[in-house]
Amino acid sequence: MSSHDHHDHDHHHHHDHDGGPRLSRRELIQQSGLIGAALLVSGSAVMSPDRAWAMETTALKPDTMATLIQLARDIYPHDHVADKFYAVAVKGHDTKAGTDAAHKDLIEQGIADLDKRAGAGGYRGLGWEEERVAILRQIEATPFFQTVRGGLVVSLYNQKEVWPLFGYEGESFSKGGYIKRGFDDIQWL
Amino acid sequence: MGAPYALDDSGVVVIIGSGAGGGTLGNELAQKGIDVVVLEAGKRHEFQDFINDEWDAFSQLSWLDARTTSGGWRVAKDFPGLPAWIVKAVGGSTIHWAGASLRFQPHEFKALTTYGQVAGANLLDWPVTSEELAPYYDKAEFKMGVTRTNEIAGLPGNNNYKVLKAGADKLGYKNCHTGRMAINSKERDGRQACQQTGFCFQGCKWGAKWSTLYSEIPKGEKTGKLEVRAESHVLKIEHDASGKVTGVVYADKDGKTQRQKARVVAVAGNSIESPRILLNSASSMFPNGLANSSGQVGRNYMRHMTGSVYAVFDKPVRMHRGTTMAGIISDESRHDPSRGFVGGYEMETLSLGLPFMAAFLNPGGWGRSFTTGLDNYEKMAGMWLVGEDMPQEQNGVTLHKEKKDKYGMPIPNVAFTDHANDIAMRNHAYKQGMAVYQAVGAIRTFPTPPYPSTHNLGTNRMSDKARDGVVNKWGQTHDIKNLFVSDGSQFTTGAAENPTLTIVALAIRQADYIAKAMGAKEI
Ligand SMILES: Cc1cc2nc3c(=O)[nH]c(=O)nc-3n(C[C@H](O)[C@H](O)[C@H](O)COP(=O)(O)OP(=O)(O)OC[C@H]3O[C@@H](n4cnc5c(N)ncnc54)[C@H](O)[C@@H]3O)c2cc1C
Ligand code: SF4
Repeated sequence: MSSHDHHDHDHHHHHDHDGGPRLSRRELIQQSGLIGAALLVSGSAVMSPDRAWAMETTALKPDTMATLIQLARDIYPHDHVADKFYAVAVKGHDTKAGTDAAHKDLIEQGIADLDKRAGAGGYRGLGWEEERVAILRQIEATPFFQTVRGGLVVSLYNQKEVWPLFGYEGESFSKGGYIKRGFDDIQWL
Repeated sequence: MGAPYALDDSGVVVIIGSGAGGGTLGNELAQKGIDVVVLEAGKRHEFQDFINDEWDAFSQLSWLDARTTSGGWRVAKDFPGLPAWIVKAVGGSTIHWAGASLRFQPHEFKALTTYGQVAGANLLDWPVTSEELAPYYDKAEFKMGVTRTNEIAGLPGNNNYKVLKAGADKLGYKNCHTGRMAINSKERDGRQACQQTGFCFQGCKWGAKWSTLYSEIPKGEKTGKLEVRAESHVLKIEHDASGKVTGVVYADKDGKTQRQKARVVAVAGNSIESPRILLNSASSMFPNGLANSSGQVGRNYMRHMTGSVYAVFDKPVRMHRGTTMAGIISDESRHDPSRGFVGGYEMETLSLGLPFMAAFLNPGGWGRSFTTGLDNYEKMAGMWLVGEDMPQEQNGVTLHKEKKDKYGMPIPNVAFTDHANDIAMRNHAYKQGMAVYQAVGAIRTFPTPPYPSTHNLGTNRMSDKARDGVVNKWGQTHDIKNLFVSDGSQFTTGAAENPTLTIVALAIRQADYIAKAMGAKEI
């Protein structure tokens, strides 16, 4: 049940280290045709609006990946958790789609269905979380939704980089446990 | 290290499983000079190998062989392939148990007499009384180094405990302390004191918590009379024409079938695997499985009435720091039918790390109602509710009709549906648990559903009469003199308390009986 998808997220940061992205933000927005949407799509990559990170897709359409990332946030919305962690959490679907045609269909068709239900602007075009969640309520029993949600339970919350954002401190043996580090430091009672 | 015994050595006692029951029995017999071979399906990890990481430890230690589920319990929907969260490794579930070590209350050995007939429940009195077991409880507590017994100090209270205690005081509960725990509050028996690392469920890397892996088994091995054969998965028990068992067939670490002869066989594979082995050992002489003339093998499966309550406060708690379960309120463990149910329950501190909290807070849950709970992880306190559930004949373990494991052995199906008494008790426990936290200012409380079973009981139950159960008061099967059951599957009823201390006490007592019976050549 364990997922180690988070280990491969490091090589998705490269754009901000190697001289910046190839396209200006303006160009990106124009090319992606998604003015107003949070995530940008260009070529085979999904990119954050501030260009802090980008993720190449290999099997899924980059638009599909962008919608998956939004979907992940709508399923498990944490306002203090950045998009890049959601991107890492759903990246495994792209990897799996590369070797598993049925999985690729499940994801592509599931996302296409979301877009269809959302109407003209597609799923990501819906501005309010409530509007998107209303659609998710219609499909929450589907294998598509359950596959994405079930995977996220591990792939999102088992990212060690995410833990500090929730105040979870992880491994403690190497630090000698908490016997001298506040196991009983509660003050407010 | 224990001397290896030959496969055709028909003088040995073979024990199947090295957990609370099997590991204890093995050491006790070895101390008496009896030759013992423990066959354990899992690998041997030493405590240095344990991992302070919930999912990694889960993969390292858990019993993940295929199982199916059925019945009305929510686990069948949320975790259909994982009815129980138990260990497959030398040491069994004593590797990731939390250490809570409570005696049953005297009336709990007399469930039928005390509660009367409960519709739909298959209640029975234990053939053992509280007085008979008392000296063995003494021995078990000493062996395990249980705090608050034998003048061993209690553990210090961590943050999660302090919240529980403050709430208990406000509600007027009188019996709240840091528990009777088989965890060293001071160095003892060659093991060091608890360092409050907070990973009791992942295996204690300090060895502060009692486990057969590093307490019983090495002591037994030192005698030269105990051999623990890891990665040896027992498939079936064999018998001769007289109906006595003669040995077991197992798959070794390469998947090759081996046959170990035995003078006595003791089954201690925990309450799902133990009946599975007996059922899978059916023969022309015993067409319904070994020791099953009563038809009770695999039935009356109990898992305790459980549930959890988590609560969010406006300031940090950091419940993950320190011992996972060192905190208890016992006021509700009494039998008091005016509450709308028979039997009682305990409230014990519990914390999960963020990864497990995400998986177990509300399995299948999503959206802001769920995530705003997790957002406050740092400000959460938590408790586990554990109470007596009703034995029901149709709850149990059966062999799957089609599905087989990699050795060709039918996989087990675990069926469970709550009894109305279980539901009434859980609702009461949720209400009280939430009240404890609300009394100290909880902003939000979460009545969290049961996890996959950690306490698995009753599927080879003890009974006075052969027609009512599988084993007698010594854990000896009614049908076959040299076949014993030595784990929690012997339990006639579950009581409100965590089961391991009772499993260990019964194993110590059984060792005395087996040694005597072998000495008298009865077996
Ligand atoms: C997370 C967690 C926390 C717990 N906390 C507590 C607590 O605080 N207090 C308490 O009293 N109890 C607690 N328990 C319960 C406790 O761990 C069990 O009740 C106890 O370990 C059961 O003992 P057992 O001998 O029946 O089985 P186990 O200890 O599970 O041992 C069974 C062994 O048999 C082996 N086996 C099974 N089938 C075969 C086969 N076919 N061939 C060979 N070997 C086989 C298994 O691999 C295993 O090692 C907890 C359990 C869990 C999971
Ligand atoms: S909290 Fe104590 S008993 Fe639990 S794992 Fe840490 S040292 Fe061991």
